[in-house]
Amino acid sequence: MPTPPAVEIEAIGHCYGDLRALDGVSFAVAAGELFALLGPNGGGKSTLFKILSTLMRPQEGNARICGHDLRCEPAAVRCQIGVVFQASSLDPKLTAGENLEHQGRLYGLRGRALALRVTEMLERVGLADRRRAPAETLSGGQRRRIEVAKGLMHRPSLLLLDEPTTGLDPLARRELWSYLALLRERDGLAVLTTTHLLEEAQDCDRIAILHRGRLAALGTPAALTDEIQGEVLVMEAAAPDRLRQRIQERFQQPAQVVGRQVRLERPNAHEFVPALMQAFAADIRSITVARPTLEDVFVHRTGQRWSAENAEAN
Amino acid sequence: MSLQPSAVQESAVSLAAPQVSPPPPATGLCLPAATLWWRELVRFYRQRARVVGVIGSPIVFWLIIGAGFGSSFATGAAAGKQGYLEYFFPGTMVLIVLFTAVFTMMSVIEDRQEGFLQSVLVAPCPRASIVLGKSLGGATLATLQGIVFLVLAPTLGIGVGFWQFWSIFGALALVALSLTGVGFAVAWRLDSTHAFHAIVNLFLIPAWLLSGALFPLAGASPWVRYVMLANPLTYGTEALRALLFGRAALPLGLSLGVIAAFDLVMLGWGLAMVGGEGARAARR
Repeated sequence: MPTPPAVEIEAIGHCYGDLRALDGVSFAVAAGELFALLGPNGGGKSTLFKILSTLMRPQEGNARICGHDLRCEPAAVRCQIGVVFQASSLDPKLTAGENLEHQGRLYGLRGRALALRVTEMLERVGLADRRRAPAETLSGGQRRRIEVAKGLMHRPSLLLLDEPTTGLDPLARRELWSYLALLRERDGLAVLTTTHLLEEAQDCDRIAILHRGRLAALGTPAALTDEIQGEVLVMEAAAPDRLRQRIQERFQQPAQVVGRQVRLERPNAHEFVPALMQAFAADIRSITVARPTLEDVFVHRTGQRWSAENAEAN
Repeated sequence: MSLQPSAVQESAVSLAAPQVSPPPPATGLCLPAATLWWRELVRFYRQRARVVGVIGSPIVFWLIIGAGFGSSFATGAAAGKQGYLEYFFPGTMVLIVLFTAVFTMMSVIEDRQEGFLQSVLVAPCPRASIVLGKSLGGATLATLQGIVFLVLAPTLGIGVGFWQFWSIFGALALVALSLTGVGFAVAWRLDSTHAFHAIVNLFLIPAWLLSGALFPLAGASPWVRYVMLANPLTYGTEALRALLFGRAALPLGLSLGVIAAFDLVMLGWGLAMVGGEGARAARR
């Protein structure tokens, strides 16, 4: 029997009054896939997350989780998903162990099976020694690990995470990501995470970019960046506007100013470097040639700057 | 993977091979409700100030009433005063239970703000278990507080027999459950504890004043009497009065029946609110 996809959504749409938060979004997440839902704040990620986690029913379109219809069988879907929300769902007055016990009982675990599962999960997230510590005394990274353990108590097939690294320091972020990758590799768990951080999405199997409620891009990070022909060349300059203008006049090469940098896309851009250095050595402080990133994909697909979008939404 | 010997686990899918979707495990109503109830009690006893408040406030009421009526006994004007103490005692019990029952339900708003509630809402447990667990948790604490006050009653000259104690315990629990039901239904809709305070002050304090706690049904003007008869809290006060002193303005059976019916209505209302959560989320 073939494994049903972990997530299968078709033409999902949702409105808050006049505001169209989601419009015809379709994609599928295979069992065992690490999938990122990427987008600027206000792009529709949170709305889609609420629908996938059964907090909200889809207004338009169809959605299935592990073969169960989200609209008709929410109870069956709830058994299949573990959810880690952006806001902490731990009870600060309960200990780490008690939080997991409480969660397990909500899913029908009890007695010895529950006790064993709590011990196992605490060991897996490396917090067995903090079992009796009240949740309010744990560090941010430890709390997030307990949240993940909480979401996995009932052995779901799909783990949903909403901006899981919010408020974590870089070390805790890396730890969490390597743990998510481990879960997928060792346990075959499908993981869907929302993020507004490009560097996090880069490490996923596939990503979907949501922009203004629509799917702007879908694919592996490599396939998406391959769409952009050539390489990206970035120059640090004291007067970036003047440099951009002079490059355009001299080489008929369109370029873009991003902050203190001048940026251009061009096939085999590395061969363009000597010509640039020869012409404008005095204006250029540094020059970098790079393969296109997801940020370039976003710019390419939406015609908007990623950082500007984020700032606007905030 | 560790072995899971319990039968409960049989329906759970193995993380290593999530191939076939299992049927949803039967979480039932009782286990999730019990764990939510347990959480309310644990949270309560870990917050020292709340424990002091719950045990302390009946003692403060007892001291004030005892001191006020006690000096009156000494002057020999006992008969009339004793009558008023008898009158006032059940109303005070209702007041004590009312405050704790309603204000513990403020935790519904905190749960929502903290994100705890979301994690319960995505669990496959029946919605009724959320209403029951929270309401019973608050009702347990409120009843406990009423009982502290009741235990002190004999020192005020109000005798309480063994069976009488347990019947009053039961009536207190019914009153407490109806009030937590009200608190739950109000709190579910609200996003801030300030709004909760405002609504409580607007409706619940008048409801207590018009429950027969301060002045009797018989003496009130007709329209006030109708309001009092329409007020479910009146039946709680009168049930307690009947159980304590054997006489009350309303028959005991009627009072208990109305309170029990009101409990069911409030739990049903709470259930309807929780069931409508999906629609609520979709509007925001």
